[in-house]
Amino acid sequence: MVRALTILVLYQLVGTIIQQGLGLPVPGPVIGLVLALAWFLKFGPPSEDLRQTAQGLLKYLGLLFVPAGVGIVNEFGALRENAVAILVAIAVSTTLGLLVTGVTMQWFLTRREAKPHA
Amino acid sequence: MHKLLPLPFFHVWVYLQTQPLLGLAATLCAWEVAALLDQRAGHKAYSNPTVLAVAMLVAALLLTGTSYQTYFSGAVYIHFLLGPATVALAVPMYANWPAIRRNFVPILVSLGAGSLVAALSAMLIAKALGAPHEVVMSLGPKSVTTPIAMGVAQQLGGLPALTAVFVIITGLFGTLICGPLYKAARVRAWEAQGLAAGTAAHGIATAHMIRLNETAGAFGGLAIGLNGIVTAIIVPLLVALLPL
Repeated sequence: MVRALTILVLYQLVGTIIQQGLGLPVPGPVIGLVLALAWFLKFGPPSEDLRQTAQGLLKYLGLLFVPAGVGIVNEFGALRENAVAILVAIAVSTTLGLLVTGVTMQWFLTRREAKPHA
Repeated sequence: MHKLLPLPFFHVWVYLQTQPLLGLAATLCAWEVAALLDQRAGHKAYSNPTVLAVAMLVAALLLTGTSYQTYFSGAVYIHFLLGPATVALAVPMYANWPAIRRNFVPILVSLGAGSLVAALSAMLIAKALGAPHEVVMSLGPKSVTTPIAMGVAQQLGGLPALTAVFVIITGLFGTLICGPLYKAARVRAWEAQGLAAGTAAHGIATAHMIRLNETAGAFGGLAIGLNGIVTAIIVPLLVALLPL
């Protein structure tokens, strides 16, 4: 498990070095994710240890958002002043985003099922 | 607090306020209680453990008059794991790579369209309803994962802290609504459900999808990474081109 965590942290580190070095707008951990995926595809699947550690971390992904979420206490003022605009904007745009992506993807998948040799 | 506690305990309280231990312990305990409640409720969207734990901790901070900075000095140890967890998304993505590769064009088209619609509608609606410029700019990147969203907000002249809150509200709202929405719009495939959750409501909705189905989780993870990249490029362009 320690080795798996070390590997994950090293990918994040390399990703962050690339991000800072090149001044990219994409965060270091996301670059680390791309590098890890590229490594698996080129040099073979992740070890059992790494798979289990990754699954363990992702099982508690919800916990990892809690500290940032509690940050809402500092923003009550700005939120209250623009509450209606913010809530309507978030509710409508999130609904539209889910619908557009979900329906488009489902359409592609259904079309393929209808024509299996396409 | 000094009115509530006998003096020796008040000193202990003051001591703990300077240490990271309390924030860390409180976060873990709140999560355990939230996870238990979620289990009792049968993993419903409204019993999402992230929402419950955040609500409990916000109440605790307000009741004890503890600042977020004090709390975060302990909670940062959990917060930091978001980085390695983001890298860890490569593992389910690799496991589902054949499905992702087969659907490469559909994924790019669906994700690009959803990403554009979500960012644009959020900014236009907020502007139409009279929100100030920095709030509108803070809303643009709210569908992507926190570190990307905060970076993009900064670049646009928004307020990164406010964006972090919008990201969380978006994730929670998306988690609540995605089940009924998929049913109503007949989005049945796990691939489509996961992709939409990760595109419109990032890691919080993806965490929800991971609990439902591994393929959905993998497509959600893919969408978090891809939409992070797409949004970091598209939203600054939109802001430059449109009268926002």
